[in-house]
Amino acid sequence: MDDTGTVIAFWALAVMTIGSSLGVALVRNVIHAVVFLVISFLGISGLYVTLSADFLAVAQMLIYVGAVSMLFLFAIVLTPRGSRDNGEGFMRLPALSLALLFGAVLVFVAVDTSWNISAREGFSETASAIGGALLDKYVLPFEVASVLLLAALVGAIVLVRPEAAEEEAEQV
Amino acid sequence: MSVNLEHYLIVGAILFSVGLYLTLGKRNFIGVLMGIELMLNAVNLTFAAFSRFVESSDPMQGHVFVVFVLTVAAAEAATALALAVLLYRVRGTVEVDRMDLLKW
Repeated sequence: MDDTGTVIAFWALAVMTIGSSLGVALVRNVIHAVVFLVISFLGISGLYVTLSADFLAVAQMLIYVGAVSMLFLFAIVLTPRGSRDNGEGFMRLPALSLALLFGAVLVFVAVDTSWNISAREGFSETASAIGGALLDKYVLPFEVASVLLLAALVGAIVLVRPEAAEEEAEQV
Repeated sequence: MSVNLEHYLIVGAILFSVGLYLTLGKRNFIGVLMGIELMLNAVNLTFAAFSRFVESSDPMQGHVFVVFVLTVAAAEAATALALAVLLYRVRGTVEVDRMDLLKW
């Protein structure tokens, strides 16, 4: 990871990701916060590319930038009254001090530990290796994940179904 | 000048702290959920960085774990935002301070 292009890309993406995540914390309007969150997700997707994790970069793009941010926007639009404010509650100072302490501990551990670094180069392509692992070694977790997704799908539909639809269903 | 594991770990740590602050400090339920998503993303970035840099017999394991985290995060976001819409319908607010029905 010594070539100049990768280094420049890493620093640019790291500044973009952290800056826009701070933007999520600082802006007052919750829709602007979602826009900053999307920029942060895009930055993380770029960081995956610098880690030669091509499949993860595309999955991040599709799932977070495409789907999850749309869910956030829909949730904001469906809760119109008094929900645009993105301010802090009474837990602001304890949350700030806990987050700073926790971040300092994580950074200290990251810098202080002598990691067992390997000399291997980046992956040439990862999608086929991930696909093979999912259907071979990790096939049971893979099936459990599909059941979880089905449960989440059915649960979300049942939760937000309007009451009129429920009464109609009871009458039939 | 080169980029190595520590750089990615520090970026992940900072993102996780910002997410922790959002989750604990924000008053808006949707802001709290944004913090949770940011924390999950920070952990995913750390997994991918370890998968790339650390010596291992099967370096693909970190990527597979990230795929599972993505799945669970998507399921969590869908149900949690459905809960936000439902809470708004029942209580008329999405501020976590005002969800005090169980408070003595």
